[in-house]
Amino acid sequence: MNTASSESLPNGVSDKRLVLSVRDARKAYGFVTALAGASLDLHEGEIVALLGDNGAGKSTLIKAITGIVTLDSGAIELDSRPLRLRSPADARASGIETVFQDLAVFDNLTVSDNFLIGREQTWPRWLGPLGFLSAGQEQKQWREHASALSVSHVSPSQEIGLMSGGQRQAVAVARAVAFARRVVILDEPTAALGVRESDEILTMVRRLPERGLSVIIVSHNMDHVVRVADRAVVMRQGRSVGEMTVRQGVQKDLVAMIMGVT
Amino acid sequence: METQAGIAGKSSDTVTGRRDSLSVLLWLLQAGPIIILVTLVVAFGLLAPHFISVRNLQNLLAQSAIVCALGLGQFLVILVRGVDVSVGSVIALSVVTVAAVTGVDQPTSFALVIYPLVGLVVGLINGLLIVKGGIPQPLVVTVAMLGIVAGVALLISGGNTLVGVSPAVHWLANGKVLGIPAGALMVLILAGLFWLMLRRTQWGRWLYAVGGNPDVAQWVGLPRDTLIMSAYAICGTTAGIAGMLYHGRTGSASPLSGIGYELDAITAVVVGGASLFGGRGSITNVLFGALIIATIRSGLQQLDVSPFWSSVAIGIGILVALELDVLRKHIENRIRTLRARQVNQ
Repeated sequence: MNTASSESLPNGVSDKRLVLSVRDARKAYGFVTALAGASLDLHEGEIVALLGDNGAGKSTLIKAITGIVTLDSGAIELDSRPLRLRSPADARASGIETVFQDLAVFDNLTVSDNFLIGREQTWPRWLGPLGFLSAGQEQKQWREHASALSVSHVSPSQEIGLMSGGQRQAVAVARAVAFARRVVILDEPTAALGVRESDEILTMVRRLPERGLSVIIVSHNMDHVVRVADRAVVMRQGRSVGEMTVRQGVQKDLVAMIMGVT
Repeated sequence: METQAGIAGKSSDTVTGRRDSLSVLLWLLQAGPIIILVTLVVAFGLLAPHFISVRNLQNLLAQSAIVCALGLGQFLVILVRGVDVSVGSVIALSVVTVAAVTGVDQPTSFALVIYPLVGLVVGLINGLLIVKGGIPQPLVVTVAMLGIVAGVALLISGGNTLVGVSPAVHWLANGKVLGIPAGALMVLILAGLFWLMLRRTQWGRWLYAVGGNPDVAQWVGLPRDTLIMSAYAICGTTAGIAGMLYHGRTGSASPLSGIGYELDAITAVVVGGASLFGGRGSITNVLFGALIIATIRSGLQQLDVSPFWSSVAIGIGILVALELDVLRKHIENRIRTLRARQVNQ
């Protein structure tokens, strides 16, 4: 059912409004050049797979869009307005949410604690972080989002450290999706998961455009890319070297482009 | 086909069964401190005829109040993956500072504010050094502070012990309310406040989060450094309060007060089941941990066992608690893999 949407991908996807655009991004760490003029476009409701071998510059590009890394030069625009990111908080405030594979959840907190962390409502307000939390209110917030994000089978009061990798990832993705307004970035969301759990995450990702979100997904699994992505952008040596509309059966072409053999 | 489905169903059942028994074991580990405490009290009660007497229990509570107070603050620091060994010397510094400021001829209730204030200052310095100084080893930082603070206490007092204590402090350490030692009652109220702060406020949840995973905490945008500093500041403050109880019980201000108490404080927290890996533990279990230490001490004393043995027993207690913590991590990992296997079957 997911492949159907990539088969029927309209060529007109690029006619849609541009949400995020990165132009000529450059970044060097000392003598090592991580980005040497990378560019990336993301349209309204589009799922773009960002591909490339290790060291191609994918994660630096993502970190730049997330506010973890500051570019040496180049421009990032969100909704045609220049975006200046000095911290992950800036990116979040602009409506960009990211799920990193290894920076996902607090094992010692419950599902709903993880879901709301940093965004808890407290009373009385003037006490700030010393204000009280409302357990009932928080469970309600979780339930509202959970059903829409197909994680409703997860109990909100369960400690997340005792859950399987897929369930944890689902909660992390749900958190990003619930609070993102424009863009969701997923870094290897299925890397550590079994077949069925990968399946559930991909289904969840495929539905994000319905919520008006655009998605950038990094993955090394070409089958997963073909299942969810509309378009693939390939990076090599810090540059974007090509892109391709994703259809069933392009796996080999994608791998060739990543390796640089034509 | 049918047999295949049958096999799958059966193995799924055994996986669930194994997971459930692991969950029970995990629950037992979490309830461990209260189980140990009750067992100890019953055992000593049977062995020593006067152990369960009103007088002895009052004594036990009054004795453990100091360690309880220290343990409350120490727990916050251990929660955020740190440790504070300077608390023993904070007892000495707070006691001699009060003696120097208020004198011993006319000890006033004004002293009540000075004890925690001295602790707060030391705690803030600890926190600043660890967070802003960029020294990744809280143990070594606080060892250095232990030396500095103990030295300052000697300098202030000139090495002399001043006899005398304000009446209010004397009453807090020795008085009783409805038969319950006032110090123990005060620490209990303090513990209630800590519980509320940790379990019901945003600050408390963030403190657990920072302990659970400092990197994710920073990435999510929590004020990590401020949170860690607040833990050390509060730890110092509770050490000051412990100093007040210590002063009241001894009735004199010695620069050598509180030596060795840092070990009791850390032991109470660890025996109470808090994890040195950070992010785990509860205030009630810290109280149980402190009571376990006091019970072992008092019980062995009643049995006329040399007090040297109680130090050995408590040391063994720490090691057992640490190993149980490692076991807990192991069980949690098992539960997680069993869950994943079940989902992907």
